[in-house]
Amino acid sequence: MAVAYIPRTRELYKAYTPYRWVVNTDAPPWTPLEKPIARCRVALMSSGGILYRDQPRFHREDATYHMIPKNATQADLSVWHFGYRTEDAASDHNCVFPLARMRELEAEGVIGGLADPAYSFMGGIYSSRKVRDELAPRIVDELRRAHADAFYLVPA
Amino acid sequence: MTSALDITRAVNPPRAVFLNFPLGHQTGRPHQPELQRQIVRAAMRAFETIESPGTIVELPYVWDANDRRWEETDYTEGFLPERPAKEDADTAEAARRTRFADAK
Repeated sequence: MAVAYIPRTRELYKAYTPYRWVVNTDAPPWTPLEKPIARCRVALMSSGGILYRDQPRFHREDATYHMIPKNATQADLSVWHFGYRTEDAASDHNCVFPLARMRELEAEGVIGGLADPAYSFMGGIYSSRKVRDELAPRIVDELRRAHADAFYLVPA
Repeated sequence: MTSALDITRAVNPPRAVFLNFPLGHQTGRPHQPELQRQIVRAAMRAFETIESPGTIVELPYVWDANDRRWEETDYTEGFLPERPAKEDADTAEAARRTRFADAK
């Protein structure tokens, strides 16, 4: 049974002003995939607070993102995030940022290519407006520049 | 990718793939590359198979077939570790950045 996280979050943060969850009742925007995924350049982004080498950690309400070179290894990466238990992701980033797995799928030809760089930010940004109006448009610009055909977003 | 079905239903993104694992493992258990690969591969396949906006594909993987207790405790009181004191966090941050800066 899927866990109901909205009531759990409400309970966990009951000392704070209740969070106003994003509820979209309109049909989602739709961009058809124009070619097989085996010919698509796929961009990867995680909200798991992944840091590359000496990149600065994220801070509260941080709507910035970091660029992670696609060839980064486990030794290059660390995790900074307040909103989930990060031990497993710290010991293997592929739990929330499957960079090594995506490289393998690229090598096997399952995807046409893995865009370079990948991206990371720290989820748990309280202001959904900030995400919609600041973070998201910047990422869209990045994806256009990278000529990405598909975008794989992994939360934490 | 998502492990929070109710949140994803509310947000209603064009395409989603749901994995019923504890938060922090949306693409699998640590150090289980074959499981991770199957999950990520299923997500890539969903780009092609989802034809109707708002579809959520549910993956069949189970965190632990003999123990579903995590579903009762995940993200409940006491689940998140205490945040480190600011000085401790700052010290750890400085050490991390120095370590990589030295290695350049």
